[in-house]
Amino acid sequence: MSPRTAILDGIRRSLKRGALPPCEYDRLNRRLAAPDTAVVPVRSGGTHAEKVERFAAMVVEMQASLDRVASAPAVISAVAAILAAFGLPPSVVAAPALEDAPWAGSGLTVRFGAATAADPVSVTPALCGVAETGTLVLLSGPESPTTLNFLPDLHIAVVAASAIVGSYEEAWARVRARGALSRTVNWITGPSRTADIEQTLLLGAHGPRRLHVILVDDRQPGA
Amino acid sequence: MHPRSRAFRANAAKALVDPGLQAALGKLKAGFRIKRAAAVARLPEFEALRDAGKAIKDHTLAHLDAYLETFETRAIAAGGQVHWARDATEARAAVLAICRAAGARTVTKGKSMVAEEIGLNEHLEANGLTPVETDLGEYIIQLRHEGPSHIVVPAIHLDRHAVADAFRAAHRERAPERDLSEPRAMLDEAREELRRHFLAADVGITGANFLIAETGSTAIVTNEGNGDLTQTLPRVHIVVAGIEKVVPTLNDAAVLIRLLARSATGQEVSVYTTFSTGPRRREDLDGPEEFHVVLLDNGRSAMLGGPFQDMLRCIRCAACINHCPVYGTVGGHAYGWVYPGPMGAVLTPAQVGLAEGRELVEASTLCGRCEQVCPMRIPLPAMLRHWRERAFERHLVPTRQHWGLMVWGFAARRPWLYHTAMRTAAWGLAWLARGSGGLRTLPGIGGWTASRDLPAPAGRTFRDQWTQRLRR
Ligand code: SF4
Repeated sequence: MSPRTAILDGIRRSLKRGALPPCEYDRLNRRLAAPDTAVVPVRSGGTHAEKVERFAAMVVEMQASLDRVASAPAVISAVAAILAAFGLPPSVVAAPALEDAPWAGSGLTVRFGAATAADPVSVTPALCGVAETGTLVLLSGPESPTTLNFLPDLHIAVVAASAIVGSYEEAWARVRARGALSRTVNWITGPSRTADIEQTLLLGAHGPRRLHVILVDDRQPGA
Repeated sequence: MHPRSRAFRANAAKALVDPGLQAALGKLKAGFRIKRAAAVARLPEFEALRDAGKAIKDHTLAHLDAYLETFETRAIAAGGQVHWARDATEARAAVLAICRAAGARTVTKGKSMVAEEIGLNEHLEANGLTPVETDLGEYIIQLRHEGPSHIVVPAIHLDRHAVADAFRAAHRERAPERDLSEPRAMLDEAREELRRHFLAADVGITGANFLIAETGSTAIVTNEGNGDLTQTLPRVHIVVAGIEKVVPTLNDAAVLIRLLARSATGQEVSVYTTFSTGPRRREDLDGPEEFHVVLLDNGRSAMLGGPFQDMLRCIRCAACINHCPVYGTVGGHAYGWVYPGPMGAVLTPAQVGLAEGRELVEASTLCGRCEQVCPMRIPLPAMLRHWRERAFERHLVPTRQHWGLMVWGFAARRPWLYHTAMRTAAWGLAWLARGSGGLRTLPGIGGWTASRDLPAPAGRTFRDQWTQRLRR
């Protein structure tokens, strides 16, 4: 008997039943096809403007730094400014998704692609941000390689205010709406950390030492 | 790892006189308990989330076969490969075969309690591979050739000096006189050392906090980012996971994620929660070319449908461990198996046998604190009592204790006999202790009186006093 059959049989024997009838499988598949939302914290609710403010506050609480800019073109100058503020050379590796941004004239040297161990700074877009805990949701793909999120010392993530949602479940709805899942979905909340030595909290374990979030206010005035 | 749970008493005695360990345990209590309480207080929905989390897991366990089949089908549809392992031997063999097929030499590992459970590192080493733990705590204990003493913070028993010594012994090419007095310096050194391994590894092995039937994804939750480098950089990503880790949907995982970090470290959420589905896509610029999931049973399916089924809801948050007075006094190594504390005392006999794990089910005051803090509402004390009953039925308790309990049980079922015996004992003990109010020693309970006196009974039993009061 294959291990697979043995394990499945063992489960059924313990549960004192045989394989489920087809109608039961149908019922379970319906649950999978229409995921429900069990309990959502009140703090993830409110108007969209409130969600954006909560997201911004939680990002800072989670020890990331935050910049708010008024428009997409301003993102690049915000990147240049943060590099200067941290005393870093004006050079980044960026997600190919950001190729159309106005890099020219910013004084930044930019390479588009995956990160290598030699890249100190990355810039990536986030699919959305979750207000409940200040969490960024990033999808892997040719437009946004995963190594950008983990290898550099400074990770700069760009998220649009219109892409801020309240809860994890709302974020999943956005992910599902795009079709098949990418290889990796990363939820990122603050910079890498550890407390493995004497429970002393230290930032910058194996992932980025710093996470910088640029929140782009792309909402229509009055919306 | 080989179980050493029989030696619990001896291990515990040693732990009690280890000042370094006692200092570390003191910090654990001050840290995690307070942080958890604060995080829970901040989320008014916490109790409702516990109920929801329990319901999700109960539903999943009742249909575990179907959800595992769905997980498998969808993981394969996404390009992954699924391997089933009845026990540790099969799981080790599956991982080794994948490594061999990939021509691997170096293997990086994210923290995985299941990998500890199946003794994966020893097996890979014995077969010529070099596994490197990348979670800082796991890395430290790997350098020291010891097992974890906690499921979330594996090196909790060590102070900074012990870590510095381990680094000096292992990182020989570095200047011996370098300053390693601060945790920061040690972390920076470990970060540099492990970067090399991340980039060189052929295979990356992680555990899974969740398996998602809806999408065939595996999910890990970490703070360091080591799990992500482990699974993104090598050509092959292997996930080892217990069969009980499956949940139906991504939304269900969200409910459990809200409970996990708050219960574990008191964080709102861990820094990295990563969902992996299949290998890299054709156009992707990075990610592994192969994605394997090894599903481990190892005693889990046998726990279904009986008094230990509830244990399979466990999300390995360690809240029960952090709040356990016994763990807080003797630490994790005393338990002699991968899982310590209350959850370990329940799991160990199921995994290594009751004969080996019997001491652990006794090592609890049944104070109930673990059940109070368990986010999955697992009735840990009730399960410990179940194990105690089984140990008694199978004559696994020492002869004197066994007969003592038999005699007590015989008397307790006959009130007149019980009452007479109690009355005689109360009178006798009071007479023996006359003048001093306590007994220094008493034959038969030397273990108890070795470290404290037995207070003498008042002379009359409670029942006698009660009857007298009623008469008044
Ligand atoms: S038994 Fe409960 S408290 Fe203990 S690790 Fe498991 S889920 Fe956490």
